[in-house]
Amino acid sequence: MTNHYCDLKNADVILIMGSNAAEHHPIAFKWILRAKEKGATIIHVDPRYTRTSARCDFHVPLRSGTDIAFLGGMINYILENNKYFKDYVLNYTNASFIVGSDFSFNDGLFSGYDAKKRKYDKATWVLEKDGSGIPKRDMTLTNPRSVFQMLKKHYSRYTLDKVSSITGVSKENLLKVYEIYAATGVPDKAGTECYALGWTHHTTGSQNIRTMSIVQLLLGNMGIAGGGINALRGEPNVQGSTDHCILYGNLPGYLKMLSASLESLDHYLEKYTPVSKDPQSANYYSNYPKFFVSFLKSLWDDKSTKENQFGYNWLPKMDDGKHYSTMHMFDAMYEGKVKGYFCIGADTAVSTPNSNKVRKAMENLDWLVGENIFNNETYEFWRGPGVDPAKIKTECFLLPAAATMEKEGSQSNSGRWVQWKYKAAEAPGDALPVGEIEIKIMAEIKKLYEKEGGPNAEAIVNLKWDYLDSKGHFDVMKVAKRINGVFLEDTVIEDKAKGTKTEFKKGQLVPGFGNLQLDGKTACGNWCISGSYTADGINKMASRGKEDPTGLGLFPNWAFAWPVNRRILYNRASCDMNGKPYNPKRKLLEWTGEKWVGDVPDGPWPPQADKEKGKYPFIMQKDGLGALFGPGMAEGPFPEHYEPLEGPLTKNPLSGQLMNPAAEIFKSDMDKVANASEKFPYVCTTYSCTEHWCTGALTRWQAWLLEMQPELYVEIGDKLAKEKGIKNGERIKVSSIRGEAPCIAMVTKRFKPFMVEGKEVHQVGMPFNYGWLFPKDSTSDSTNILTPTVGDANTFCPEYKAFMVNVEKL
Amino acid sequence: MQITRRGFLTLTGAIGGGVALSGFGLNLNATRAYADELGKMDRIKVAKQVTTICCYCSVGCGLVCSVDKATGKIFNIEGDADHPINEGSLCAKGAGFFDLTEANKHRLTKVLYRKPYGTEWEEKDWDFALSRIARLVKDTRDKNFTKTNAKGELVNRCEAIGHYGSSNIDNEECWLVSVKSRALGLVYIDHQARV
Repeated sequence: MTNHYCDLKNADVILIMGSNAAEHHPIAFKWILRAKEKGATIIHVDPRYTRTSARCDFHVPLRSGTDIAFLGGMINYILENNKYFKDYVLNYTNASFIVGSDFSFNDGLFSGYDAKKRKYDKATWVLEKDGSGIPKRDMTLTNPRSVFQMLKKHYSRYTLDKVSSITGVSKENLLKVYEIYAATGVPDKAGTECYALGWTHHTTGSQNIRTMSIVQLLLGNMGIAGGGINALRGEPNVQGSTDHCILYGNLPGYLKMLSASLESLDHYLEKYTPVSKDPQSANYYSNYPKFFVSFLKSLWDDKSTKENQFGYNWLPKMDDGKHYSTMHMFDAMYEGKVKGYFCIGADTAVSTPNSNKVRKAMENLDWLVGENIFNNETYEFWRGPGVDPAKIKTECFLLPAAATMEKEGSQSNSGRWVQWKYKAAEAPGDALPVGEIEIKIMAEIKKLYEKEGGPNAEAIVNLKWDYLDSKGHFDVMKVAKRINGVFLEDTVIEDKAKGTKTEFKKGQLVPGFGNLQLDGKTACGNWCISGSYTADGINKMASRGKEDPTGLGLFPNWAFAWPVNRRILYNRASCDMNGKPYNPKRKLLEWTGEKWVGDVPDGPWPPQADKEKGKYPFIMQKDGLGALFGPGMAEGPFPEHYEPLEGPLTKNPLSGQLMNPAAEIFKSDMDKVANASEKFPYVCTTYSCTEHWCTGALTRWQAWLLEMQPELYVEIGDKLAKEKGIKNGERIKVSSIRGEAPCIAMVTKRFKPFMVEGKEVHQVGMPFNYGWLFPKDSTSDSTNILTPTVGDANTFCPEYKAFMVNVEKL
Repeated sequence: MQITRRGFLTLTGAIGGGVALSGFGLNLNATRAYADELGKMDRIKVAKQVTTICCYCSVGCGLVCSVDKATGKIFNIEGDADHPINEGSLCAKGAGFFDLTEANKHRLTKVLYRKPYGTEWEEKDWDFALSRIARLVKDTRDKNFTKTNAKGELVNRCEAIGHYGSSNIDNEECWLVSVKSRALGLVYIDHQARV
């Protein structure tokens, strides 16, 4: 979230699209309703009518996978009707920049496409610079090559007729949403968007979110109280696990993973340290080398030296252009290349798309290590449906873990609040915290390498790994302090601007990432979280102060919000160029002439009207401004509508490109696809329910919750049910080209057919909370037996939200 | 003992509920539930109260665990009224948090091992598991280690071991997972943020 949960109350309009907040984030929804009580308009755009729709001002059904078309139409509406916030767009976004003359867009493809590789060469996706390397700008926004005019041209194709025909949303409904939401493009109104897996689970997932980011920038809704883009994320510490990057492409703190062509530390740092010639751009990532070297020091401490490039080459390197996401891992496992598998606190045999392929892949494993508080389908794959254990070679371990209230540590919510939790009781039996299990496994491995050696043994033998206390248990404080950062030598830090010198002693904690050093004097496990302790060792994550000085619900003394306790990201954009709040009624920040007062600002510099010392507000962007033109994306700088991998259409109504041209296609014999097939004529989407969580791997073991939602069902609109002769409560079969899922029919008015390109299209939906292992008396299994192995072109987040099925009576 | 604000609110809620239920006539269940609630109230008042954060969605609601000082066991978990986000309220899953404690008979309490081609789990101890896992990791890693790729570039990686999870462990644990898997040279590293 750019903002945070309590801040939802500050909005004037809330668009809930890609989320069923009332059922999946009920307490977040409380803050949405608080805005409504104060007069805000709440809109729900979703294929299905849910309890969220019931509490909103109105619900607009749209066909799964057509969000970019819907939002592209909104961009068109905003630009055509001059509803954008001119001051903001001109000064705080790259609208005035000039797009390079070789950049083009034609029939669904941007310049530089390589059809064979399904990849773009982005060389032409550039912005022009003047002689001194500063981006050229046209402050009249009339240059036809300006980002503003190019954006306008791109979305002029998203007419009401076209968008209505693609999405199945009536023109009246489209206009209703566009008008209400676009009305927030004024200084004293705030509009926000809440999304969840309904946006990420698409081959165009990242671009769904980027399209909304463009809307928010056009309306001046970014960086303000009650604004922003707010991901209601679905797991308790998914923000923290993302920040610490248990992800193939990043190291803790979103540092880039190494690739093979970057043979030296210098080469790596040169590639990933952005350079800006514009004196008004803070370009905060120019500090990247300090964060990276401090990370290397956190791993190998005194063994990591300037001479050995701080251990740079001990880290693994990915092959350039190759990806190693979950779907890639199971693909490689299916080919027999992955032989050992750690599965911690997860149930991938249920949660990964095309579960039949995943389960088959696991049969190739030599060994499997599970760590969890309950058993699940992944750990028991060797005796799953249709599997003969006597034929499965895999050696399996299932290690008992402590539950969350049986261990101390921190957890980060979606609003970036890092909150401390305490241990209430001992874990039962032999169960241990995952942290302790991990430390002990690695300590054993380390011992073996110390004794026997092995390839690149230095990386393991030299690893600082002393995180057990004197009694041999997990010392969580020691790890938390390592993450925060520590001075490894006595260090004097000079602030030339302030004319101060501060002395820090060896062993003292770093008070924030601004103190991290390039020369190896600091170790910091994750620069984003630096500052979670004070230099004197006070744990800010454990703060429980309830003060609310701004009245906006920032609660600056409750827990620690990264970065540097900033509660709303990009908050300098809530003020005009002179630092005066655009909306004095919701004053997030104000420049007094000497300093910023309010939330922790995005940097101390004066506002940008001060041409000498002032900085632009979007400090993490190289150019300092919000990116309407975003060349970082895999499929183009402007989001474009493409159909899902599997959909009801044979042609994209907007272009000659049916699906996302940059999405990777998996080609194993089990990766079958059926687009616009008569055999599988219905659009299917998947979701959760209030009583279960994710695969149900925790909640299905709980009698109270299971009683409420005992088994797998499919929601079918009453019109389709009538056509198929299916009755409510009847046991039926849902199938895709990849497999079958028996379940109970729930005939409902919540799904209505869509009119798409003049044809009636039915959509059905299923929860993803079930598996075969428990409850024992049910015939349920994973809904993901139906879903395809395909994902977003940037993130490889699978397309669980739009694929094709058939529903049949048994 | 002084009644805290939260204790007071819960207490008045319980009494209010009891009165409402008894108003329907001679419903003994309601009376019994009321008595149970009062009994629990007494226990909560003398219990050690420990705060935690919910382990389901990412809203980050606060909970209070009441721990019996004599046995060290958790006997009640409810919303933290002082928490600025949930203000004491919880959803269905949060309200059922107690069923995650050892009171749930399905909790894993022993190291389980399934030998190759085995048909059942066997109980083992930590020493067995740790040393056996370490051996398997080392053998798999060493046998399949890629020092240089097809282009001859130094890559120091092991593609034969996958590592998944987790977004439902604490930050400090996540960091250890992230660091451990990198030090081992793994590249198939992922977790639920991807899904």
